[in-house]
Amino acid sequence: MTLAQAPGGLQWTELSIFVLLFVFVSVMGFVAARWRAAASLEHLDEWGLGGRKFGSWITWFLVGGDLYTAYTFVAVPALVFGAGALGFYALPYTVILYPIVFLPALRMWSVSRTRGYVTPADFVRGRYGSPTLALLIAITGIVATMPYIALQLVGLEAVLRTMGLNGGGIAGHLPLLIAFLVLALYTYQSGLRAPALIAFVKDGLIYVVILVAVFYLPSKLGGWSHIFDSSAQALAQPNPNTGKPKGSIVLTSNNQLQYITLALGSALALFLYPHSLTGVLASRGRNVIKRNMMALPAYSLLLGLLALLGYVALSAGIKPITNAATGNADSNTVVPVLFDTQFPSWFAGIAFAAIGIGALVPAAIMSIAAANLWTRNIYKEYLRRGATPAQEAKQAKIASLVVKFGAVAFILFIDPQFSIDLQLIGGVLILQTLPSVAIALYTRWFHRIGLIAGWVTGMAWGVAMLYAIPNPNTHRAHFGGSALPLGDLSIFGWHPFSGSTVQIYPGFVALIGNLVVAVIVTIIARNLKVFNGTDDTEGTDYHADEHDKDLRPIGAVR
Amino acid sequence: MSGKAAGKVSGLQVSPWNLVLLIPLLMLVTPWFNFDKPRVLGLPFFYWYQFLFVIVGVASVAIVYVTTKGKPTVTGKPDRLAVQELDEGENR
Repeated sequence: MTLAQAPGGLQWTELSIFVLLFVFVSVMGFVAARWRAAASLEHLDEWGLGGRKFGSWITWFLVGGDLYTAYTFVAVPALVFGAGALGFYALPYTVILYPIVFLPALRMWSVSRTRGYVTPADFVRGRYGSPTLALLIAITGIVATMPYIALQLVGLEAVLRTMGLNGGGIAGHLPLLIAFLVLALYTYQSGLRAPALIAFVKDGLIYVVILVAVFYLPSKLGGWSHIFDSSAQALAQPNPNTGKPKGSIVLTSNNQLQYITLALGSALALFLYPHSLTGVLASRGRNVIKRNMMALPAYSLLLGLLALLGYVALSAGIKPITNAATGNADSNTVVPVLFDTQFPSWFAGIAFAAIGIGALVPAAIMSIAAANLWTRNIYKEYLRRGATPAQEAKQAKIASLVVKFGAVAFILFIDPQFSIDLQLIGGVLILQTLPSVAIALYTRWFHRIGLIAGWVTGMAWGVAMLYAIPNPNTHRAHFGGSALPLGDLSIFGWHPFSGSTVQIYPGFVALIGNLVVAVIVTIIARNLKVFNGTDDTEGTDYHADEHDKDLRPIGAVR
Repeated sequence: MSGKAAGKVSGLQVSPWNLVLLIPLLMLVTPWFNFDKPRVLGLPFFYWYQFLFVIVGVASVAIVYVTTKGKPTVTGKPDRLAVQELDEGENR
C-alpha cells in the first residue's frame, strides 16, 4: 500500500467504502424527520431537542457522538504523537467529567423541562431576569461553538486528504463542501433527530475500528512494551526549533500542573458548551441522565486507547501529510495515515468512514445548539419579541444553515490554524460562563452585575494570556498553545511566580480571576442594594421529573 | 421560593453519599502515578493506573445513583421504579 500523497494517488477501495457509508447515513438523516415524529416539527422542543423524549440508549449514542468528536479522535493521538504523556490528559478529563457534572446536569434538566428552556442562556435569563447577561452567555456559546464546528471539518478533511483527495486551492476543498451541504440539508429538515439516529452508526463504527486498532496494531508492531520504548526514544530526540526533547512518556516536573489544570478546566467547561447541554436537555428524564453518567465513560476508555495510537504512530515511523492547501505538515493526519499504511484498504475505508461520520454528528448538534442560542436569546429577545414557536423553529432552521456555511467559510478562506486557535480560545471563553450557568443552578448569591464583571475579566485575561503564548515549532508569536509558564503570569505587571517554568492552563487561571472579581463586585453591589433582577424559577423546578403530573407539556406555547 | 405543592422537593437535597463523587478527583494527583514501572501488558504504570480510574469513576457514580434513588416522596401511586417518581436526596 502506498501513501496517497502523489497526485492521482486515489485510494479507490477506501473511497468507495467511505462514500457508501456516507450515502447510507445521509439517507438516515433525511428519514429521521419521521422517526418518533410529533404532529409538527415546527417547535424548538421538536426540531431543536428531538421532542425532549430520548431514552437511555439514544441519549448514550447521541451524547457520546456529540462529546467525542472526530476532531478529538484525530487531535488527541496527534498531541500524544507530538508531546507524549501530556496528550493523555484527555483520559482524566473525561473520567472526572461525569462525577463533576452528575448533580448539576440533573438540576439543569429539571429546571429547563419545567420552564421550557432550550439553551443555557435561557436559564440565565430566567434565573436573573437579565437579557444582557443572557446575551453575553449566548454570544460566548456561539463564538465557542463556531470554531468547534470548523474543526469537525478539519477532522473530516484530514481523512479525505489521506484518501488521496488532497487537491490544492478551493477545488481541493470541494469534497468537503459536498459532504457539508448534504449534512446541512438533512439537519435543516430533521433537526436533532438526524444526528441522534446517525450517532448509532457513527459510534458503532468507531468502537469496532478503535478496538481492532488497539489489539491488531501492537501485535503487528512488536507489542506495547516495544511501542513505548521506541516512542520514548523518538520523543527524547531534541526538537530542532527549541533544542529541548519533544516530550516524554511520563510527565515532567514542568507539565504536571498543566496536565492537572487542563484536565480539570476542560471537564468543567465541557457541559457549559451549548451542544453538550442540548444532548442532556433532549433526554426524557432524570433517570436517563443518571444512567448515562454511568455509561458514558465507556467512550472515555475508548478515547484513552485511541490516545495510545499516537505512540503506535511514533513507533511505526509515521510522517504526517502535508496539506496541499496550506503547505504545512498536518499532524492531525497521523492516525489516518497510520490506518492507511497498517490496515488492509477495505478496513481503512471503514475506519475513515467512522472518523468522517464522526465529524457529521457533532457538527449537526453544534449547529443546532448555536441556532437555538441565536433564536432564543438574540432573535426573540431583541429582534422579534412576539415570535411564535413556529417562527422560532423556522428561524433556527435557517440559522443552522448560516452557522454551518460560516464554518465552511472559515476553512475555505482562512487558514485552518485559525480555527484551531479559536477552538483553544473557545475552551477558555466557555469556561468563563461557569459562575453564571453552573453556580447559578445552586445559588443566586452572585449579583448579576458581579457575574457580568467577572465574565469581562475572565474573557479579557484569558484571551490576553493565550495571545502571549508563542509556539517555537511553528514560529508563531501568538496563540501558540495552552501551556502558560507560571513565570509569565502577570497581574497588572506583578509576576507572583517570577522565574518559574511550571506550566498551567490559562483557562483555569482566568476562571479564578473571573470568580474573584465576581465575588468582590457582588459584595459591593449587595451593600449598595442594587436590584438583582427577578428569579422566574422556583425551588421545586430543580427537582421536576418526567412523571410529575403538572409538568409543562412538550411543545407548549409559552 | 419555597415549594408550592405538598410533597414536592424544593431546597437543596444533601446526601453524604454524594461525597463519593469526589473520589475520582484523586486521579488528578499526578505525583502518585507519574512512573514508567511497573508495566502491565507493556503499558507503563502512568497509563494503566489511569485506565483503572475509569472503573473508579463509573463505580463512584453508580454508588451515588443507587444510594440516593430509593426514597420516594410520593406514595400510593402504581408500582413503578421508585426513582422515576421523585428523587429526593440526589441533589446536593
